[in-house]
Formats: sequence, structure tokens, C-alpha cells
Amino acid sequence: MTADQILFLVFAILGLGLAAASVALRNLVRAAFALIGCLFAVAALYALLEASLFVVAQAAVYVGAIAVLIVLVVMLTRRELREKATQTHRYAPLAAVLAALITAGLAAGLSRFASFARTMPALPPDDMVIRLGDALVDPSGFLIPFEAVSVMLLSVLIGAVFVAGGTRPGRGKG
Amino acid sequence: MIPLSWYLLFAAALFGIGLYGALARRNAVAALMGVELMLNAVAINLLAFWRYLDPGRMNGQVFAAVLFAVAAAETAVGLALIISLYRLRRTVLPEEADLMRG
Repeated sequence: MTADQILFLVFAILGLGLAAASVALRNLVRAAFALIGCLFAVAALYALLEASLFVVAQAAVYVGAIAVLIVLVVMLTRRELREKATQTHRYAPLAAVLAALITAGLAAGLSRFASFARTMPALPPDDMVIRLGDALVDPSGFLIPFEAVSVMLLSVLIGAVFVAGGTRPGRGKG
Repeated sequence: MIPLSWYLLFAAALFGIGLYGALARRNAVAALMGVELMLNAVAINLLAFWRYLDPGRMNGQVFAAVLFAVAAAETAVGLALIISLYRLRRTVLPEEADLMRG
């Protein structure tokens, strides 16, 4: 077993364990921190895939923004968390069966894929981050999807501010 | 060398865990965390397919970048809805948001 295989297994087991913790823990603050750990483990797998930009993006966007947002909302709504109460609803066994079935189906379907056991080819010699940046602003490449996503993200964030801030107690229910 | 299958099986397992979290948790924030896990599994698949099948072209990386933006948007809207629901009803449990129940 080579060094990168050992690294992969360490981070994969860490990631899956923390992911399981984040869906199973009663205390939502602990679950959120388990999610942060899992996102870091996934960032390590991106590093093993040599997708350097996404290691940074995972740390900055997921851990830096999304996870902090989740922790903030958990803190804001903390009074209602009711740790003593059950955290799963009565259909949870059905959800577990469905999730296991879909995982097994995905694994079975993917294992029939022709390139399933392929090993990693060499990267082209040039810098992948520069090539990604070129592709994102190339009109014959991905300029239009890139701009569409930018506009979507901006409008969604403005909408989120409106939704979250639109019902102040002093102005009545709106 | 790590075969492609390891990444695909890891992503399938992560997707399953996230799906369970999204479906089984009563708390809306916890369900949203499950959705984050599912989106991460998809991003791993996209980057693994890029790296193993077609590292010369940028399609897989661009897809993953778009997915990151969509995940950020989804979280922002989801958490804004949760805060709005909490202000109106003092709850973060979707089952108690029954204003439109007939």
C-alpha cells in the first residue's frame, strides 16, 4: 500500500466518521463542528486529486462561510433546540433504509462503469488554476455559465437578506 | 496509486449519510447540514471524474466551481428561511410550520 493510498484511507474514514457524527449527534453545535471536520477531510481528498483551487475554496467557502453561517443560526435558535427531545422524526428508519438502498444502488451502478478501476493519469504540464481561470472568462468556453452563476449568487444573497431581515418584531408580522 | 473506484465509493457513502441526515432529522438546520454533505459528495465525484477521465479539459472543474456557488446560495436561502420561520413561529422544526395546512 502506497503513501497516497494510506492518506486517502485516513481522510476517507475520518470524513465518513465525522459525517456520521454530524447526522447522528443530538447537540446541534457539536454536529456543526463535526460537519466542519468532515468538510476539512473532504478538502484533503481534493488535495489528493490535485485540485488545488478547490482545497482553498473548500476551506474558504464551506468552512469559512457556510459552516460559520450554520453555527450562527444554531446559536440564534438555540432556545428551541430541545436536546432532550428526540432529534429524528418517526420516519427515520424509513429514511435510513432509503439512504442505504440509494448508496448500494449508486455503488452497484458505478461499479459497472467502464473506467471504474482506472488509475490516475498524469496532469498536463501547465498550471491548472490558470487554465481554469482562462476557461471561466473565455467567451467560447464557460463565460456565460460563469456570469449566470455570478448573477444568481448575487440575487440569491440579496433575496436571503430580504427574507431573513424582512420580519422585524417592531414592524409587526410582514 | 488510488483507483477511481475509491473516490466513487467514498462519495456514494457520503451521499447516503447526507441523505439520511436530510430526511431523518426533525431540525431544519440539521437537515440543511445533510444537504451540504450530499453536495460535497457530488463535488468529489465531479473532481474525481475530471482528474481521472479528462484532466486536459476544464469541464469538471468548472462544474465543481458552479456547484460551490449553488451550495453557497442554497445555504444562504435555507438559513434565511429558517431565521424567518423562527421569527414568525419561534420554532426551527419544519413540522410545526403548518400555517398552510388545511
